[in-house]
Amino acid sequence: MVVVAEVRPGTYHDSVTLMAVSAALNQLPGVTGAALVMGTSLNRELLAESGLSTPEVEAAGPNDLVIVVQATDESTARGALAEAARRLAEIGATPVSQVEERPRSLRSALRRAPEANLTLVSVPGPFAPIEAEEALRAGHHVFLFSDNVPLAEEIRLKRLATELGLLLMGPDCGTALINGVGLGFANVVRRGPIGLIAASGTGLQHVTCLIDQLGGGISHGIGTGGRDLSAPVGGLTTLAAIEALGADPATEVLVLISKPPDPAIADRVLAAATAQGKPVVAAFLGAELPSRPGVTCVPTLAEAARHAVALATSRPAETVRFDEAVDETALARARAGLTPTQRFARGLFSGGTLCEEAIWVLSPVLGPIWSNVPLEPGYRLPDPRRSREHTLLDLGADELTVGRPHPMIDPTLRIERLMEEAADPATACILLDVVLGYGAHPDPAGTLAPALEVARSRAAADGRALPIVVSLVGTERDPQRLSAQRAKLEAAGALVSTSNVIAAQLAGRIVAGARRPTHRGVEGDKS
Amino acid sequence: MGLEGIGPIRALLSEGIRPINVGLDLFADALAQQGVEAVRVAWRPPLVEPLPEALPLFNDPGIAAANQEAVRRMMGAQPVLVDVARAGDVLPGMTARTFLHAGPPIDWAHASGPLRGALIGAMLYEGLASSPEEAIRLAERGEIELAPCHERQAVGPMAGVISPSMPVMVVENAQGGNRAYSTFNEGLGKVLRYGAYGDDVIERLRWIERVLAPLVKAALARSEGIDVRQLIAQAVQMGDECHNRNKAGTSLFYRELAPHLLETGAPPAEIAAVLRFIHGNDHFFLNLAMAAAKTMADAAHGVERSTVVTTLARNGTEFGIRVSGLGDRWFTGPAETPAGLFFPGYGSADANPDIGDSAITETVGLGGFALAGAPAIVQFIGGSPSDALRATLDMYEITVAEHELFRIAALNFRGTPTGIDVRAVVRTGILPVIDTGIAHREPGIGQVGAGIVRPPAVCFTQALRAIEEAFLAT
Repeated sequence: MVVVAEVRPGTYHDSVTLMAVSAALNQLPGVTGAALVMGTSLNRELLAESGLSTPEVEAAGPNDLVIVVQATDESTARGALAEAARRLAEIGATPVSQVEERPRSLRSALRRAPEANLTLVSVPGPFAPIEAEEALRAGHHVFLFSDNVPLAEEIRLKRLATELGLLLMGPDCGTALINGVGLGFANVVRRGPIGLIAASGTGLQHVTCLIDQLGGGISHGIGTGGRDLSAPVGGLTTLAAIEALGADPATEVLVLISKPPDPAIADRVLAAATAQGKPVVAAFLGAELPSRPGVTCVPTLAEAARHAVALATSRPAETVRFDEAVDETALARARAGLTPTQRFARGLFSGGTLCEEAIWVLSPVLGPIWSNVPLEPGYRLPDPRRSREHTLLDLGADELTVGRPHPMIDPTLRIERLMEEAADPATACILLDVVLGYGAHPDPAGTLAPALEVARSRAAADGRALPIVVSLVGTERDPQRLSAQRAKLEAAGALVSTSNVIAAQLAGRIVAGARRPTHRGVEGDKS
Repeated sequence: MGLEGIGPIRALLSEGIRPINVGLDLFADALAQQGVEAVRVAWRPPLVEPLPEALPLFNDPGIAAANQEAVRRMMGAQPVLVDVARAGDVLPGMTARTFLHAGPPIDWAHASGPLRGALIGAMLYEGLASSPEEAIRLAERGEIELAPCHERQAVGPMAGVISPSMPVMVVENAQGGNRAYSTFNEGLGKVLRYGAYGDDVIERLRWIERVLAPLVKAALARSEGIDVRQLIAQAVQMGDECHNRNKAGTSLFYRELAPHLLETGAPPAEIAAVLRFIHGNDHFFLNLAMAAAKTMADAAHGVERSTVVTTLARNGTEFGIRVSGLGDRWFTGPAETPAGLFFPGYGSADANPDIGDSAITETVGLGGFALAGAPAIVQFIGGSPSDALRATLDMYEITVAEHELFRIAALNFRGTPTGIDVRAVVRTGILPVIDTGIAHREPGIGQVGAGIVRPPAVCFTQALRAIEEAFLAT
């Protein structure tokens, strides 16, 4: 095994472009690892952790493009470097003139578009606060997608936004819906009276899709970033969003989505929410908190959607149900071919919140679950590249995506892992999420389906069944079309649910066998 | 609108988004799919990763105010040519063995060919040495004092050597009283500033000292001084950028000077010789523009917490910058070799690394920063007026103001980009564009071409580190 690197000083491509080339290199025969990244200190560390560093790489700077290939032999590695050069040249050849016409700084863009009112920032975290602050000081609201933003900067910027009366969504904000327009990764959902405030992007996507599925509609969905309800940040964005949605005539029901917050912050936020005089649903995921006057507390995304729709339509919550029936025959068939060695659930998620929710649903059924986002700190996987026992992974986490496309944008990474899990005779069921919408892969099911078929037929050749369950997040009006995606996945033999909780429960029933243990999750699922 | 009273967040919710996208195109594409067009910024990573605790410095209102004050002083300076004097009499700290040079501090051992040649010539001119070999021995033994022009209120093009007996033009800032000095431009070809030191070179320097300087001094005495800032402003609208093109400025200066010269009563042959010399040298105005620019830059220097660059200078080996709020400290890096066009018979292998104080023009919004208004010299930067336009437009990304007086017709009389902000250079990765002559790397050969050059990034990354240290501590 050899590692070779090339450093191109002063050459820049955005991370999505680089990831597309990385993905192509990783497909080359003999290549065991490849990454194209800008040489920021963070990227260099991540490369080192992945065994993809060389002295040249260590010496690179943030303005230098780093290309690293790990391969079976030197000539294969050199060939991959040449392939990278060819692909980058192709990319560089077309859009240059178009890029030249673009403003080269936010300052120029602000001057060119004085009417603009919001800036999306998705540059690497160490630089993102500079752009976000400039936008705020220019009177812009900010959608801050970047992660790895220092906590101190988040606090400072949120205080500045509060002072200026502006909305700072993020950092690490993946999704928002403002007045019917999706920012970041977002689905096409019906407009309506439900306003959401979410610390999780995929959480917001899933709840808006479920609300849409239940016939409800969305006024706005405001992202806050994952740390907003922590004690140091103090819920500054959430509080600003509550005030705005409280006063917004189009919003009649407020939904808060977050991991369990700091208790003091939870009190402050819920007090502010109820003070608006609108009914509130608080989905503090994985926490079964008692409801209080004006606030319905629920533990899952599905429950948040159900209660929000009930409140918006003044119906009793019990009457709002997902009309999806579990296909018991398919389930029984999936279970039937399992051999005694197949004992463990393996989950490969692109959405961190969906992964956490599935762990929370499955833990009481299956026992402790290993993960890179574990419920219990003791079950953090020492090496997320290797599953053990029951393992559910957030494949979008930084440590697994170094120089590789996020699985929501490009399924390559996930397919590789899927094949490994499928080859493991201990795997009883594979649980996946597929997230549709703007920003996501244009046809994720079409790319996954052949891989699912290959995985299942390999297992069959080995004398094993391989049940695959998919949690499908999307709507019919998404560019990828929910029904078309569902059909492709089902044709490949997957059991599909549009509820992440139900999908996790299905996986649980497959792995736990015939016994019907205590489930937790959806009250409405009493079919 | 009816939305003023309800706060910006509620206005956003009711009006919807009008976005700018900084970062992944994916997000602008997703908006476009929904019929919303975002203004897309062609973002690039900064030259260096700022310290996390230094991130607030990039949008610090106090620094912004200090920078506005610095450019206010820069643009408010009103340089007037008031006199001609002997360098040794007016420049601070001049001894009989003091030789000033362009760029940041350097010693003989590290000096490049053209600088060594010019120092040899100046020692011959001063009579300190009777042969080049003797001059070299003196320099090697450290028997002359070398100091940057910039540290003695002076500027010099290319090698920029000023020795005590040389006459200098005296430019005074009528608004602030600070003065700056520069020698007379010798013309093109084999000249001291390109490192030539033959007899003809020394002879010309003596003519400047004996004939040109006294006559110009006498003419100025009859005038109320010549407002150089006005001449620059007019020249910029006549196709000069006052660094690599000075045809208009030279002509304007000629018109100002001629009547006063005639009235000095000097012999007509001498007056004619002076006027012919000025007429015959399209770059005569360069040194005057440089001295004027130096008064502007010095006026902007020393503003507390300002990150505006007040010096860009090269000594043929190193490029150095200084920053308004960081005292007299130089931030240096290896000078790059200019890219450009070469005279017949020469090529890039002959080129000396970047040299000269003439980048003082870029420091105050001229030179490369005004290239869009100088179509006659666009071939140096790639050939077409649109390249020149692009070069100037890029400089708006790294400057804090648009000049109140220096305006470019081709940009609808927009003011030139003025006042380079170290933070903006680091953040955008856009380095200042500098027009420059190209010297032969061997002493005594002279100019071999002209083109453009950029400072090494390390000058700005070091300056940023110093800003972080100085400004975070206070």
